[in-house]
Amino acid sequence: MKTINLSEVRDRVKDIVQKANFELQDDVMKVIEEMEKKEESPAGKAVFEQIKQNAQIAKDEKLGLCQDTGLAVFFVELGEDVRFHRDDGLESLRDAITQGTREGYEEGYLRKSVVADPIRRKNTGDNTPAYIHWELDKGDHFKVQFVAKGGGAENMSQVRMFAPAAGKEGIEDFVVEVIDTGGSNPCPPTIVGVGLGGNFEYSALLAKKALLRKPLGSHNPDPFYADMEKRLLERINNLGIGPQGMGGRITSLAVHIEAFPCHIASMPAAVNVQCHSHRVLSFEL
Amino acid sequence: MAEHHIKTPVSDEVIEKLHAGDQLFITGSLYTGRDSAHKKLIDLVEKGEKLPIDIKGQFIYYVGPTPARPGKSIGSAGPTTSYRMDSFAPTLYKLGLKGTIGKGSRNKEVKDSLQKYKGVYLAAVGGAGALISKSIEKAEVIAYPELGPEAVRKVEVKEFPCIVINDMYGGDLYEEGKKSYQK
Repeated sequence: MKTINLSEVRDRVKDIVQKANFELQDDVMKVIEEMEKKEESPAGKAVFEQIKQNAQIAKDEKLGLCQDTGLAVFFVELGEDVRFHRDDGLESLRDAITQGTREGYEEGYLRKSVVADPIRRKNTGDNTPAYIHWELDKGDHFKVQFVAKGGGAENMSQVRMFAPAAGKEGIEDFVVEVIDTGGSNPCPPTIVGVGLGGNFEYSALLAKKALLRKPLGSHNPDPFYADMEKRLLERINNLGIGPQGMGGRITSLAVHIEAFPCHIASMPAAVNVQCHSHRVLSFEL
Repeated sequence: MAEHHIKTPVSDEVIEKLHAGDQLFITGSLYTGRDSAHKKLIDLVEKGEKLPIDIKGQFIYYVGPTPARPGKSIGSAGPTTSYRMDSFAPTLYKLGLKGTIGKGSRNKEVKDSLQKYKGVYLAAVGGAGALISKSIEKAEVIAYPELGPEAVRKVEVKEFPCIVINDMYGGDLYEEGKKSYQK
């Protein structure tokens, strides 16, 4: 049994939402630098150069890498032997993560990008609620992974329910189609998260989890999906969309696929698109 | 591809010189606005009322910046995706707006209105909001403060870098660029 103070969770959340928004992590910078070498178009090279300059300024001045500092999305891995101690007026783990988000976005001068209702659209003013996915497991492990997910790339994401007969080819064509349709909109060079299987809602969650794989550009341990990731990245980068859509070799930086068992009648597929400003950070207690 | 340094407001003669792919550096004032502000502006036009900003010869920058740190004029301030303003843009070009600045492609109606009313569509680098903020010297909210990050601001820019995506002659950098590198 392990006991964690809720105030500690809040403080760590407050810290990572800011740090993720100010500093591109090493694995992301490494892929950006590798892909920059492969870019041939002058406009594309200029974009890579500006992405690097931007990262330096954001880090030095604690400015958002992007003005869209995103919805605050969390994946929480929680062992069933972990207990939380209520302190500092915090009533629950959700409360601690929400409060950390609120304080982090305020103190970090990050944008408040949440409206309270999809149709009536009044800003909540503090970038909450936080979007939290819970994963229970055995043991006393506690990990919180954060992604600042901007709206531009999220808007280019899609879910489609395929018949199993569509096969590998149907899925691959779909992923390429989503990126082609998105074109210049999602801030290429993008990162492509693909969720295969599960059911309607589970495929979308898998696609988001795929985006969070560390380090960026690493492959699925299953060689079948690792090959698919490599093939898809090549096909996507042959589209010619290029950095910021101005034409070039590099449209995406990486493709990550996660697969899961599914119904005998179904083959759900989801593509979650992420911009080059890939702001992911985690902590464990 | 040419490089131009222009000052706002601009005349039709300036727009006539711009071609898709040209690098542009803007000095002067720009108005900012995105989804909610555009809805409000177009509602006024439809009611026949006066707009809170004079858009003749001006540019609208599609941006919702992060809050400014103390002593700074603005926070991170890169472009947002433009297609969401496609349904509003033709009306504003018709009223004399000369350019919009964002990222991502525009629909046919917007491209047609660039040709019809002599306008341009420009892109700044998306996801480079910290770098772009260096070209913004002043910013003040001049309409709809209740919209928070979506309020309309007047910003003073110096050598603000952008690229001509769509010109008044039907040129489209996104289409041309993609064609050149497609395999």
